Amino acid sequence: MADATVPLTKSGFDPAALATRAAIIVAVGVLATAPFWASRADLRMLMEALSFLALAQMWNLLAGYTGLISVGQQAYVGLGGYLFFALAMFAGIPVLWAIPLAAGVAALIAVPVGWLAFRLQGAYFAIGTWVIAEVFRLLAAQFPALGGGSGISLPVALAKSIAQTRGGRETVMYYVAFGIALLSVAGVWLLLRSRWGLALTAIRDSEPAAASLGVDVRRVKFMVYIATAAGTALTGAFIFLQKLRITPEAAFSVTEWSAFVIFIVVIGGLGTIEGPILGVILFFALRDLAADWGTWYLIGLGTIAIAVMLIDRRGIWGALRARGVPEIFATRRVLK
Amino acid sequence: MDILNLLIQGTLLGGLYALFAAGLALMFGVMRFINIAHGDFIVVSAYLLLVAVLTLGLHPLVGIALVTGLMAGAGYLGQRVLLNRVLDEDILPPVLVTFGLSIILQNALMEGFSADSQRVPAGGFDTASLSLGSEIAIGLLPLSMFLAAIGVLGVLHWIFFHTHLGRLLRATADDAAIVPLMGASNAHTFALATGIASAVVAIAGTMLAMKTNFDPTIGPSRLLFAFEAVIIGGLGNIWGVLAGGIILGVAQAIGAQIDAGFQILAGHIAFLVVLALRPRGLFAKS
Repeated sequence: MADATVPLTKSGFDPAALATRAAIIVAVGVLATAPFWASRADLRMLMEALSFLALAQMWNLLAGYTGLISVGQQAYVGLGGYLFFALAMFAGIPVLWAIPLAAGVAALIAVPVGWLAFRLQGAYFAIGTWVIAEVFRLLAAQFPALGGGSGISLPVALAKSIAQTRGGRETVMYYVAFGIALLSVAGVWLLLRSRWGLALTAIRDSEPAAASLGVDVRRVKFMVYIATAAGTALTGAFIFLQKLRITPEAAFSVTEWSAFVIFIVVIGGLGTIEGPILGVILFFALRDLAADWGTWYLIGLGTIAIAVMLIDRRGIWGALRARGVPEIFATRRVLK
Repeated sequence: MDILNLLIQGTLLGGLYALFAAGLALMFGVMRFINIAHGDFIVVSAYLLLVAVLTLGLHPLVGIALVTGLMAGAGYLGQRVLLNRVLDEDILPPVLVTFGLSIILQNALMEGFSADSQRVPAGGFDTASLSLGSEIAIGLLPLSMFLAAIGVLGVLHWIFFHTHLGRLLRATADDAAIVPLMGASNAHTFALATGIASAVVAIAGTMLAMKTNFDPTIGPSRLLFAFEAVIIGGLGNIWGVLAGGIILGVAQAIGAQIDAGFQILAGHIAFLVVLALRPRGLFAKS
């Protein structure tokens, strides 16, 4: 094990680590300057990709490190979106403040919801979370103030409160998306390098062993569930700010916010930070290529996901790692 | 008697939900495996009956028998060729493979049959009813669905407790690692379980096809109803799914009475209440 990892002891000059660090800085720099070089359509596509990256990192943190497979994270995408609309429209919270506030409220709601969902284990947990998302969707349609079943648009005045010009709004919104995506990647990375990360990795590798070493498995899993709910709702709030319109069907779509996100993570590589990044790039490249395929595109995506499970369930990044490609976001601890 | 009528209609609807649930419970019991595409297989069976009756011109009963045989065979093969390869301690691969199958099936049905709502005519049988007194009428189709559910559960009970295959399935459910040591093949046992479950799915789907309108997207909600009936009834109890199905059906009937938008929501809430109070279900066997 001589690759780039978190050294337990200080090590000297490492060219591989230096190169990956330079690559990260270049990639972040290119994305940070996108409003200055990207066309309007590209910028919109990048915002969407960054949103999916954040959702994928959240699902990956939940499934890849705690083994909690949820098919119901659309509950928090939709909740974030609806809370954002409610806070901005009825509570008079400034638009950009309403986004993090929606995430905070969603995290509070996730506490009793998580308590209920945690009464189910394994595959039952997966379907139970889906039922909860459906309950959220049906409840959202019961609020006439939020447009009921037909949904509601964000008033023009609120959209204009971000910036007066369309270009200005798009630049501000891009940086919100960029910030959320950066927060999701850096947040997961820092979390995994902390004491919590050690507990998470232990749980991922063996729950009984982690418990025997004093890790409170249930508590750690619950905290991660709440954290990913908040991150997912934060992203959901932004997604519906960008769309400027929310309906129960769009907000709680299982295909959009669960199937696509899960396929991104699993095809890219579950349980790694690089996997979801690779998955998002592939997903958007494929979507561009298959824009006119309609239902065949979804059939193809489902087939690829099944193929990954049959051929190499570690996903593309996992398969590359096994062939000696060094990790970019070092989270493992290795004695040197 | 509005209340009595609600209870009767809800109970009869519960028979259909018990049929949805039986296949799911059987596969989970034997293999600890949840098929996310369960509802989509129900919808596929409905479309197969549509083809048998409308395209091939068969009698609905002949169609049901044909679809049941076809699904049982497909279930056996699908388990052996695909699902057995991803079954192990890790729950992600089977969840993901069946999630992928669900997306594939929905979109393939969309491609083949369009998004239009369909229904299989049952030759007047679907609208006939028995009237009990002046206010209560029992539809012949819902009644025969309920009786079919009891019949199917009775057959499953008989297979489980009175046949060699049943002993094998129960042993595999208890400890799948030990059974091969006694000379049985898990691959074959699992495939037989899926074959039987798929036959039940076919009966459920063909009933659905005659009872209501269906389209390619309704599978996932059927999965959720099946799942809720299983959890409400309690794990490991064949007759529990009937009780679970009835409770779900009655809750939905009461919800629909309050407001049309509450029907499905009321069923979900009944499930969540049971989950909060009795997470192992009402009639779980320890």
